[in-house]
Formats: sequence, C-alpha cells, structure tokens
Amino acid sequence: MNRRDILLGTSGLLAAPFIAPSVRAQGRTEIQFWYGLGGALGERVAEQVTRFNESQSRFRVNATFRGSYVEVMTGAIAAWRAGTPPHIAQVFEVGTATMMAAGPAIRPTHELLGEAGITLDPKRYLAGVRGYYSDTQGRMVSMPHNSSSAVMWVNLDAFEKAGLSTTDLPKTWAEIRAAAQKIKATNAAEMPISTAWPTWVMFEQMSSLHDVGLATKANGFEGLDAEMNLGAPIFTKQTNMLLEMQREGLFVYGGRDGDGFASFPAGKAAMSFNSSAGRAQVQREAKFRWASVVLPYHGDVTQSPRNGVIGGASLWTLTARNRTAEEYRGVAEFYRFISEVEQDKWWHHVTGYVPLTLAAYEASRAEGFYAQNPGADAAIIQLSRAEPTPNSQGFRLGGFVEIRNIIQEELERGFQGQQNTETLLGNANRRANVVLRNFERANRR
Amino acid sequence: MQRKAIFNNKLLPYLLLAPQLAITFAFFFWPAGEAVWYSFIRQDAFGISTQFVWFENFTDLFADPLYHQVILNTVIFSVAVTVLAMGFALGLAVLADRHIRGKDGYRTLLIWPYAVAPAVAAILYIFLFHPDIGLIGRALKAAGVAWNYTLNGNQAMLVVVLAAAWKQVSYNFLFFLAGLQSIPRSVLEAAAIDGASPLHRFRTVIFPLLSPTTFFLLVINITYAFFDTFGIIDALTKGGPGNATQTLIYRAYIDGRVNLDIGSSSAQSVVLMIAVMALTLVQFRFIERKVHY
Repeated sequence: MNRRDILLGTSGLLAAPFIAPSVRAQGRTEIQFWYGLGGALGERVAEQVTRFNESQSRFRVNATFRGSYVEVMTGAIAAWRAGTPPHIAQVFEVGTATMMAAGPAIRPTHELLGEAGITLDPKRYLAGVRGYYSDTQGRMVSMPHNSSSAVMWVNLDAFEKAGLSTTDLPKTWAEIRAAAQKIKATNAAEMPISTAWPTWVMFEQMSSLHDVGLATKANGFEGLDAEMNLGAPIFTKQTNMLLEMQREGLFVYGGRDGDGFASFPAGKAAMSFNSSAGRAQVQREAKFRWASVVLPYHGDVTQSPRNGVIGGASLWTLTARNRTAEEYRGVAEFYRFISEVEQDKWWHHVTGYVPLTLAAYEASRAEGFYAQNPGADAAIIQLSRAEPTPNSQGFRLGGFVEIRNIIQEELERGFQGQQNTETLLGNANRRANVVLRNFERANRR
Repeated sequence: MQRKAIFNNKLLPYLLLAPQLAITFAFFFWPAGEAVWYSFIRQDAFGISTQFVWFENFTDLFADPLYHQVILNTVIFSVAVTVLAMGFALGLAVLADRHIRGKDGYRTLLIWPYAVAPAVAAILYIFLFHPDIGLIGRALKAAGVAWNYTLNGNQAMLVVVLAAAWKQVSYNFLFFLAGLQSIPRSVLEAAAIDGASPLHRFRTVIFPLLSPTTFFLLVINITYAFFDTFGIIDALTKGGPGNATQTLIYRAYIDGRVNLDIGSSSAQSVVLMIAVMALTLVQFRFIERKVHY
C-alpha cells in the first residue's frame, strides 16, 4: 500500500461521520433499524430485513444489533434527545407505556400507515397482540413484531418415571401441586417446578387468566393515575401457593428474569414456565421427551380462564427534525411487508414467536405445522381463546420495568423467609405505587 | 542568577494551562455540573417535559428505607473489600519479597487477576460458587451447608465481596511489593542484630515505613469498591436477592439506565460525589497525619 492509498483511506474515514445518516445509497432511501435480539433470533431479524431489501429496490433497511432490550431502548431515547434517532427501534413490551407517553418523539403506526396510503386492518392481527399496542380508540400505536406468551413446559420422561400420565397433563394449579408431590416422592426429577420471569408468569399472566387487574384503570390503559391492585385475593392465593410449594421443596426459585429456566432443558426440572419463544432452546438442548401446554389456572376461582398476555417486543417509529416523507414511507412499507401472510408465517415458523396475523395462523394450521410440531400453538390458543377484557388486554403501566423488579425483589424476600404473603404484597404494592406516581408526575403535560 | 521563572506576559501561563483546563472542564466539571442540574429536576425519559423540583429528588431518596439499606450495604461492602484485598495483598507481598526460588514466576502469576475484566471475574465466581453449577457451591451443598447465594443475602454479599477483593489483590500486591523493596536492607539488618524478632521487625519497622503505600492504597481501594465494582455485582447478583447486594453506584445505574428516572439517578450521583469528597477529606486530614514519608 503506498502513501496515496493511505491518504485516500484516511480521508474516507474522516469524511464518513459527516455523511447524513439517511443518504440515498444507489438511489435507495436508507432506514435505520435498531434491534435487541441476540443469538439465533438476532440472525432471524437480519434475515427478515434482507428479505425486505430484496423484495423491492426503493428502500434499504439497515438493521443493527444494539444489545439487550434495555440497551436498545435507552440508546434510542438518548439518540432522540441528541437528535439522531434510528427510524425504527425495537422496544420490549414493558417499555410500551414509556414510549406511548413520548408524544412528539414517536409517529403512531396508524398515522404513519395513513400518510403512506397503506391500509392495514387492525382486525387482521391476533387480539392479544393488537390490544397490547393499541390506544384506547383501538388504533395501533406501534407495530407488532415479535410476540410470545408464557407456556408450561413438561418433562414427559420425568412424568412417566413418577407414574403420572403423559397425555393428560395437569391443567390447574391444584393438579400441578399434586403432580409435583408425586415427582418429589418418587424422586423422578431433581426439582419438581421451576420458572423463568417470575413476575411475568406468576403475576401478569395470572392476572389476565383470572380477569383480575394487576392495576386499576384497566391496567393503566385508561390513565396515568392507575394504582396497583396486588391486594386482590388472586395474588394472595398465588403468592401463598408459591411460598408453600417452595417450603415443601416442590418449587425451586432459580433467579430473576430468564435465569430460572436453565433447569428445564438441562433435565433437572420436571415442570417449568417460560416464554413460548424458549422452544428453539428446548428443541436444541433437551435430551428427553417434552411438551408445551397452556398455563395452569386456579380451578376454584374460574373454570374458563381468559386469554394470556403477550411478551416480546414491537417496533416504534421515531421522529427526527430532518426526516423526510420518503423515509417514513419506507418504514411503512417495511411494516406492510412483515405483516404479509407469507412473511409472517415464515417468521412464526423459524423463531417460535406467535404469528402476528390470524391469516398466518390459519395458513400454518392448514399446512399441518402444528400436527408436526405439537404444542407450538399452545401460546396462540392461550392468546386468542377469549376476547380480551379490560383486565386481560395487557399492561400500560409507567415504569413497568421497575415494577417487575420490585415484585421480584419482594418475592425473593418471601422465599428467604423474611416476610409472609401479606407483607410481601403490601410492600410490593406500596413501592410500585410510588413508581406509578413518579411516572405520572414526570409525564403530566 | 535568578532561579524563579518569571513570565512577563500575563497571558502566557493561562495559555499553557488552557489544554489541561479545557480537558478538566469538558470531562469533569461539565458532566458533574449536568448531574447537579438534573438532580434538581423531574423529567420524563425523552426530556420532553421538565419541572424544577428543588430538593424533592433528595428528600424522596432519603425517605426511602431501601436507600438506607443501600447505604449500609455500600459501607459493609467497601470496608470488607478494602480490608480483604489489602490484607491478602500485604501478606502475599511479604512472602514474595523473601529470597525464594522462582519468585519472579510467583510475582507474575500474582499480577494476572488484574488483567481480568470485572464481568469475566464474576463469571469465574459463578462457576465457583453457584449452588447448581459451581464447583465450591456444589461441594458446600454436598457437605450439608444450606448454600444458595441466589436466595441468601449474606451469602450473596460474601460472594460479591470475595470476587471484588480477589480482583484488586494483584494491584495492591504490586504496590506493596514495590514498597517493601524500597525499604533499605540496612535498617532491617540493624533491627535483626539488635535482636528484634521477624514479627517485631514487621510491626515496628516495615509497617511504618510502608505507611505511604498503605495510605495510597486505602484511597484507591475505597474508590474502587465504590465505583468500579459495578460489573461484578451486575453479572453475579444484579443487586439481589431482595436488595442485599445493591450498592450506591449499582442503584444509580439501575434508576438511571434501566428505570429511566434521571432525576433520582442524578441525585444519587450527587450524594455519591459528596460522600467520596468527604471521605477523601477525612483521609487526608486525619489518616495522613499518621503517615511517615
């Protein structure tokens, strides 16, 4: 390499930062997309974007992995404050309230599509998915992208060893407890029950299934002045049961967030709870027969549990001062593309997330996908088996990340034997209300 | 000949100082000033609406009983890490200072942990102490100890203290060893001829002569425990179980970055800033007097 090349190279490097972020490369409008899925799922996102880029020649989406969901969200917010946000940011479901309160920073999906002249009927989307990301008038504010629901995972080998039926799996918590006692008595597995995402599974999903709000004001959908509702009998029942099962050695607490699930694919836990998107991991690692089924309910509270709530993330369109109509158009086209039945079906099959649209679900069923992959539809059934009520459509609570952690912390104190159910729920309720009030004050306009 | 340098030009000294001052301003005073400003306001995550709330972020903070626990955690954690890291390092340095075969090898090996990133150190400790996958953790459980740091707060504190101290031992060792080597042999020989036992020599000769090193390391270690242990706590316990291993810096991170509460996070940074300033002042005012240079 001679000096001239080096000089040319350096000048290129120097010039690079000064090129506007959305130049037309080869005549294409560039769309920046930040996502927070790593590993195999991250590769699927990159593939999804490639499929879009190859499907047309007017826009190019540049997808960048920006770390965890938390990092993507804080990074996108910081970038917006600095005036250089990406066009699209993937934000996890607990960040929904914060994003929705961000007024001028976001371009609601229904507006975006309207301006681009694209009509996407909200009714095309699964009810549980649509509801979570819609405003009170039923208009979609963010674009559903990757949604899952919590399901129960069962180690069928352990069930057989304990002399339990491997076809008639437990449906209620009472049946689960009985099965766990049998597993413990016969020593069929190291631990009868474990769980990932303690707050999401044990509180949020149970709130939805039993049609009892986690908070007032329809879980925050109807206003920032919502208050926590952890004093409701269902949460006392649920917490009592968990603490008792832990004391009896039936339930083993495995840590916060996703940590508690590692025991299932390793063959240590006979039953576990996790996102339906954990399917790929189980398929790859589990060296035993397993099944994924819908979540259990309290049979003495209801006989017909309602829909579960989703987890996962949606896509938010961020505004910027110099953003052109063409760029917004590109974002809208990308949203339209990923909602196409073919694309949605592909996404559902390769990731384990639920399909966004009913049509993709129907198409998958017609193709026999669920006959070949039993249990892959457990989450979809759970999400769509009932029309969502105000208590089961999702959560719109400010500072929800913090509230989830507060419930986890207080649960840990309970598992340590430091506090009983009443104090545990009382403390969690009080601390979470402080978070809600702070969010309300900070976002009052 | 005049030895004092005289600048006739009044501007020149400022000009020469300017680069240094500019860096200090841009990287220290400006961010610190921003933190102070943000600690007086309440703002949504996007910074769209801002209210000036005077000291409300601070009063909210100190009214929170959990913050009191976090302060207590930080004190326990910092004292334990400092004492352990410095104690071990001093012991190792004294041993490595003796004439033994292959001492260069020992010394090199003892310095290695310093090159380990905090998150990696934490992973190492997970593989050692985790109740299900850890080597020591499983051995403890097999021996009948109810070992589970994911649910036992004291055990969790013990593990993060051990990991944090282990990482700092190398640094301390290096300085203690250099300190020991700079002590004139003649002084020690004289003491030995006068009949002082090795322990007596250490207490009355070596330790006082090491005091500048010890004092320097005390300041460094406390600052380390306060600010640089974030990665270890995040990877090992995430501040849990409950809030048992949450320290001031970890909570400031969680509130600012995860919970997006910039006002409270900034107030916590200001508290931290004042605490460290006070601590350093105390150290230089009172402890330094006992230091022999």
